[in-house]
Amino acid sequence: MTSIAGPRRERGALYDLLADSATMILRNLLRFKHSPGEIIGTIMFPLAMILIFGYIFGSAIPIPGGGNYREFLMPGLFAMGAAASFAGIMQKMANDNQLGVMDRFRSMPASRSAVPVGTSGAELINYTLGLVVTALCGWATGWTAHTGFWSVAAGFGVILLFAFGMIWLGIFLGSLVRNVTTAERLAPLFMPLTMISNTFVPTGNMPAWLRAIADWNPVSALVESCRALFGNPGLSSSTAWSMQHPVATILLWSIALIAVFAPLSVRRFQKMNL
Amino acid sequence: MHSDLGEEMTEPIVRVEGLNKHFGSTQALRDLRFDVAPGTVCGLLGPNGAGKTTAVRVLATLLRPDSGTALIAGHDVVRDPMAVRKRIGLAGQHAALDETLTGRENLRIFGRLYHLSARSARARADELLERFDLATAGDRQVKGYSGGMRRRLDLIASLIVAPDVLFLDEPTTGLDPRSRNEVWEAVRGLVTDGTTVLLTTQYLDEADQLANNIVVIDTGTAVADDTPGNLKATIGAHLDVTVEHVDQLATVARELRTLTGAEPEVVADERRVTSVLDTKTVPLPKVTLMLHESGVAISDLALRHPTLDEVFLRLTGEQKPLAHNEIEMTEDRT
Repeated sequence: MTSIAGPRRERGALYDLLADSATMILRNLLRFKHSPGEIIGTIMFPLAMILIFGYIFGSAIPIPGGGNYREFLMPGLFAMGAAASFAGIMQKMANDNQLGVMDRFRSMPASRSAVPVGTSGAELINYTLGLVVTALCGWATGWTAHTGFWSVAAGFGVILLFAFGMIWLGIFLGSLVRNVTTAERLAPLFMPLTMISNTFVPTGNMPAWLRAIADWNPVSALVESCRALFGNPGLSSSTAWSMQHPVATILLWSIALIAVFAPLSVRRFQKMNL
Repeated sequence: MHSDLGEEMTEPIVRVEGLNKHFGSTQALRDLRFDVAPGTVCGLLGPNGAGKTTAVRVLATLLRPDSGTALIAGHDVVRDPMAVRKRIGLAGQHAALDETLTGRENLRIFGRLYHLSARSARARADELLERFDLATAGDRQVKGYSGGMRRRLDLIASLIVAPDVLFLDEPTTGLDPRSRNEVWEAVRGLVTDGTTVLLTTQYLDEADQLANNIVVIDTGTAVADDTPGNLKATIGAHLDVTVEHVDQLATVARELRTLTGAEPEVVADERRVTSVLDTKTVPLPKVTLMLHESGVAISDLALRHPTLDEVFLRLTGEQKPLAHNEIEMTEDRT
């Protein structure tokens, strides 16, 4: 071992990355403590969706092969939450950019990778809370899984994995936009992503071209995976590969999102020219 | 080199040599060079878009220059940014804080990112809040703070590890006079502790109040580098004479030219003549006597410091006035 000349022995890049990421997660948890409004919003949104779709629209939507519409709907709501998970973090990042918080982090001797890495961890915690709340709301209104423990765990596993991919997309987009207004305008982009899919209606009656888009939409693959893994009704009769192999499809999508946007975001924070 | 002045022998703590930086077709920094002596306050003075923020961003390791070098306490900002980051504090144009957290929590988070232990981060936050009169406000959410309190907390956040060099980028832009005084007091306190401060501002009086040395920057390059006193002396005091009747402007201009030897500026719309005036050679009573004897009806007479506009016009030799927009917070970068 050679002794290192210099003011202080470094703790090592990995130690710094983990410690600084933990600090970023702590920052996020402290935010939660102060914003009870955010928690109420987390609870109210899925409840409202269950009410609007589950009871109003759902009463007019027949499920192929029969079955309760709210049983059909819940996997769709889980997937919608996962698809939308990029929006919140994108706005928070844009806000931090605008206020100069990101500049301050980057001017500190902390690990630069910790900002995106810690943020992704923090946001996954936020999303998981939202998912638990959505599942409880669904359970309270009659949704349940009909399969075994491992199957249900796999279902929630793929939801979280896809949400994690979308969070990395949000972190990358958030590091690109420098102001909150732009971020707010980009946020509703997830709407078509969740609507042109099997989230709320079976795709069987869509025009062929639209059905093709819906079948290949990653959100559809996630919904289809959940319906299969939770034993919920309304499985697609489509012959598209993505519908025949929904779990493989969504795993590929999620891994691709993470593999592309995590390194891009980390690189963006390490680079000097932002 | 031999010199009796100890000061001149001291190694500068900030050394900027020939920095260039462009964004697209805009040359933000153009062979910028200046030094800052340890323990002093250097004011980087210039209008919006002059390159002040770009310069600070390069020095704070946030931006890579196209060419040139910058050293902080001997460490190169490009080659060894981590060593620089351990020695600097940065407070930008906005209060870079998490609004939903309390002041104390913000400081604890920053302390942890500076790699203080949980306990020392907490202790340091308490100590700094106490010192800057924010101890009671420290447990409230930042969103309830006044503009002055936010800037002070922001300033504190940049002091967590007692930096060798503190960068303050327009620390009082957009603040009311009272909040501005609060921030000035805080900066003065730091200087007595020996911190070197590099401050950017578009207000001459701010540089005047705080800085030992002023670097005037225009279109990315340093056009002057001197003490506030010397800068003002080179430009001189200004005399504004407002007359009752427009036709008397020419008389006043002629008399002032004779007295000062400089060409006065005539603003017909405002019935005003402005001239530089060195009161050591031409005392004010002499001016009033002259004007009285020439039979001009004066409605207003004022002797004042030059405005930033006039300093710039003189230093850059350009005829375009500067845009003064105190609400506009646009940054230099694009």
